[in-house]
Amino acid sequence: MNDLLLQYLPILIFLGIAIGLAAVILIASLVIVNQHPDAEKLDAYECGFPAFEDARIKFDVRFYLVAILFIIFDLEVAFLFPWAVSLGTIGLFGFWSMVLFLGILTIGFIYEWKKGALEWE
Amino acid sequence: MIVQALAFYLFAIMTVAAAVMVVSARNPVHSVLFLILAFFNSAALFVLLGAEFLAMILVVVYVGAVAVLFMFVVMMLDISFAELREGFLQYLPLGGIIGLILLLELAIVLGGFVFSPEASEHFAAPIPKGGAVSNTEALGEIIYTNYVYFFEAAGMILLVAMIGAIVLTHRTRSGVHKQRISDQINRRPEDTVEVKDVPTGSGI
Repeated sequence: MNDLLLQYLPILIFLGIAIGLAAVILIASLVIVNQHPDAEKLDAYECGFPAFEDARIKFDVRFYLVAILFIIFDLEVAFLFPWAVSLGTIGLFGFWSMVLFLGILTIGFIYEWKKGALEWE
Repeated sequence: MIVQALAFYLFAIMTVAAAVMVVSARNPVHSVLFLILAFFNSAALFVLLGAEFLAMILVVVYVGAVAVLFMFVVMMLDISFAELREGFLQYLPLGGIIGLILLLELAIVLGGFVFSPEASEHFAAPIPKGGAVSNTEALGEIIYTNYVYFFEAAGMILLVAMIGAIVLTHRTRSGVHKQRISDQINRRPEDTVEVKDVPTGSGI
């Protein structure tokens, strides 16, 4: 248990360094630099107009479809990892249970391919 | 051990703080970003429990895919967010009741351990006793054999989700010119090119 967590200790240390560095940079730029706040400094300057409207516009629902299909195949791949690691011990039964699982999802894949859900236009 | 405890409290506090910010942030996009922070901290908590595989899946699936989906939903809403805020007090009692029910359920679960301390021996451990295999291998050894029905049921659920998403959102558009590569390759010169013998000065 503690051996396992010891392997993650460098990540924790890096996390600490990253947070510390970010804090130092932010605080240093507040403390060291001369501050002359001015509303004009925040304006759009020679780089275009002030925004006409909200940045949030209606997206096409097809983006959503692509994202959902991505999640589903992401989960499929996630199930492959433990299977690949333990394939030596789970034997033929484990192998064919995964093949059946992949077959079920392949039915869906063929359906979406034939339906044209993967094509954009 | 002290580092472990400190890390637990750090990640737990950050999870709770990020979760509070999810519901109280003014901008929904910020809410989604705080949700991602909460996912990362939950992954760290899973690592502290020894559930490595779940932690990595949380990062890959939830941060990588579900958060993107939430972002799409937030972008697609395109509604006045000041309007959305107004309902906050209106939904507060209902949300409070649901939170209270969840709290009571947690209390029942924890109370069970107080009444029968031996129950904690039957916890599903992240790895089998002895520590010969890693968490991922330990999961792989039981998912595909002992829990094969649940595994195939998961496959069926994914299939239903896939077909449902396509049925709900896919529509064929008329008037779209697609490139059909097989038609292009199958086109022969005889079908389209005609050679005419034209005498000089007579025209076609």
